[in-house]
Amino acid sequence: MNIVVLVKQVPDTGAERTLSQADHTLDREDADLVLDEINERAAEEALRLKETADAHITVVSMGPDSALDAIRKVLAMGGDRGIHVCDDRLHGADVLTTAKVLAAAVRTVTDVDLVLAGNATTDGQASAVPAVVADLLALPQLTQVRKLDVAEGRVRAERETENGEATLDAPLPALVSVTEKINEPRYPSFKGIMAAKKKPVDTVDLDDLFPDAAAFPVTRTRVVEAVPRPPRAAGTRIADDGSAGRQLAAYLIAQKLV
Amino acid sequence: MPHVLVLVDHDGDRVNKSTYELLAAARRLGDPAAVVVGTPGTAARLGRSLARHGATSVHAAESTEAAEFLVTPAVDALELAVRETSPAAVLVSATTDGREAAARLAARLDAGLLIDAVDLDSSGVVTQIVFGGSYTVRSQATHGIPVITVRPGAFEPEEHPGEAVERTLTLPGVDPGTSARITARRAAPAGDRPGLTEATVVVSGGRGVGGTDGFKVVEELADALGGAVGASRAAVDAGYYPHQFQVGQTGKSVSAQLYIALGISGAIQHLAGMQTSKTIVAVNKDPEAPILDLADYSVVGDLFEVAPQLTQEVAARRTGS
Ligand SMILES: Cc1cc2nc3c(=O)[nH]c(=O)nc-3n(C[C@H](O)[C@H](O)[C@H](O)COP(=O)(O)OP(=O)(O)OC[C@H]3O[C@@H](n4cnc5c(N)ncnc54)[C@H](O)[C@@H]3O)c2cc1C
Ligand SMILES: Nc1ncnc2c1ncn2[C@@H]1O[C@H](COP(=O)(O)O)[C@@H](O)[C@H]1O
Repeated sequence: MNIVVLVKQVPDTGAERTLSQADHTLDREDADLVLDEINERAAEEALRLKETADAHITVVSMGPDSALDAIRKVLAMGGDRGIHVCDDRLHGADVLTTAKVLAAAVRTVTDVDLVLAGNATTDGQASAVPAVVADLLALPQLTQVRKLDVAEGRVRAERETENGEATLDAPLPALVSVTEKINEPRYPSFKGIMAAKKKPVDTVDLDDLFPDAAAFPVTRTRVVEAVPRPPRAAGTRIADDGSAGRQLAAYLIAQKLV
Repeated sequence: MPHVLVLVDHDGDRVNKSTYELLAAARRLGDPAAVVVGTPGTAARLGRSLARHGATSVHAAESTEAAEFLVTPAVDALELAVRETSPAAVLVSATTDGREAAARLAARLDAGLLIDAVDLDSSGVVTQIVFGGSYTVRSQATHGIPVITVRPGAFEPEEHPGEAVERTLTLPGVDPGTSARITARRAAPAGDRPGLTEATVVVSGGRGVGGTDGFKVVEELADALGGAVGASRAAVDAGYYPHQFQVGQTGKSVSAQLYIALGISGAIQHLAGMQTSKTIVAVNKDPEAPILDLADYSVVGDLFEVAPQLTQEVAARRTGS
């Protein structure tokens, strides 16, 4: 079985994130970059499949030079090879271009059975890239999955959204995006980290993936204005002396919230 | 006036409130044209309420299998409707299904996708709040027909009664090789509480609530206020409350009129999902808890003392005694 895992490097959410003054894109220079934590779970799911079936795992990431670290981390967890799409022209790419590039990278892998992704990234939060990749590759999308079974050429998955749960079924090849509830990812072992250094990673640019790379826009939207929101200030503060519930009620009534 | 397509979110019998919000938003750009995807007869059932909220046409994309496959029937329907009506924009609620359908549509149209709009002006410029509430961004599509997902709760539904013309869209058959089949559904237990992202009042509990039993205190306050219940990830991870109620970066984003945090410390990932709420109230026994620094009203105290007293006061006021 050939599995492709899509992973993205994101700024650590514990740290402050800023937008570049010049072009309103994410300021990567000031941020701590990490492998998106839901992507670790997508990788973990691929590794669990590999434990039960003969599988080869290709890790694909689109991003600047530093994205190689995210690929290496998944290789250290047990992935087999990497494809790093790295091209300055992709700076500021929108969801559609990101998905186009990822789909093109997946097409370079032969006989793909399963594409695994996270359901959302913590920086973009578009929660849209996997669905678009499925559209472009004409694969059934089984997204927002918290339980996955792959057997006999079919995928069965439990999807969880605000509307409740649904059981999904589709033939392979298919695309699956997982939620943070699907598993607990393993830590790379020291041996894994050493082995990962020798695993092959192909670095490709737009011209390698598209004959007409210059022809498509990198983004189809434009930021007109970006304003930092003023931090919220602390309001009234009381210590409970036995009447805080009543004081709070009085406040809510005065604010016309009750 | 140009048409503005609106994807109708419904359960087969009733239109979801977020769709009325979309219709109100759409009217800023043109004549709302509602697209109903469902089993035969759905559009006829929903047409009247859509017209009452401003839809000037209702496009019925109906087939027996439309509800059996995930997302792709909605994308096919919207694509057909776009080709037929050349709309000024397409509006979809920023729910999980809605985001996915909108993104796939934008890809097929090679059009600008504007995500999670909280406001929209007549020139098609949308306002978004990004990075968990740290920036307000205004943006617009530069390519093709703008496909916009709108955050539920950001617009007020408006009554705008009129007649809606009904049109039929003929959906192509679904290819089971490229679409996932939905073989079973378990609706989220609806209960009597409003949906988390739609509620005007949200009462959330954190690890400080201490257990499943403790959440009764949270639920009772929510019920007294007619609000929804939320939870922090620590409370969800500890099994105190189900995952679908998680508020925060990897849970739901809420922009309530009133958000009450009980026993929640206020980690940045929790704040990301609630700090755009209008009024924030926090009860925490640790005077150092970061949530106290941004709450409009905070109580340093035990939530098991403060919340029941507040519940009682609110309930008493509600019953007029
Ligand atoms: C990538 C990532 C994504 C995340 N996504 C989310 C997310 O979506 N949502 C989310 O919430 N978190 C998320 N987190 C987790 C987040 O970092 C915090 O761990 C979590 O929000 C803490 O929850 P808490 O405030 O309930 O728990 P704690 O931090 O343990 O706080 C409990 C609070 O309760 C108070 N308390 C205890 N007993 C009482 C009492 N009797 N009365 C009053 N107060 C009391 C304590 O003083 C304390 O402040 C994420 C983390 C990461 C790394
Ligand atoms: N630049 C990227 N490189 C590789 N995978 C990505 C990239 N952007 C998004 N993805 C994948 O798509 C998922 C959802 O991302 P998003 O739609 O941006 O919220 C992520 O968890 C990744 O699996």
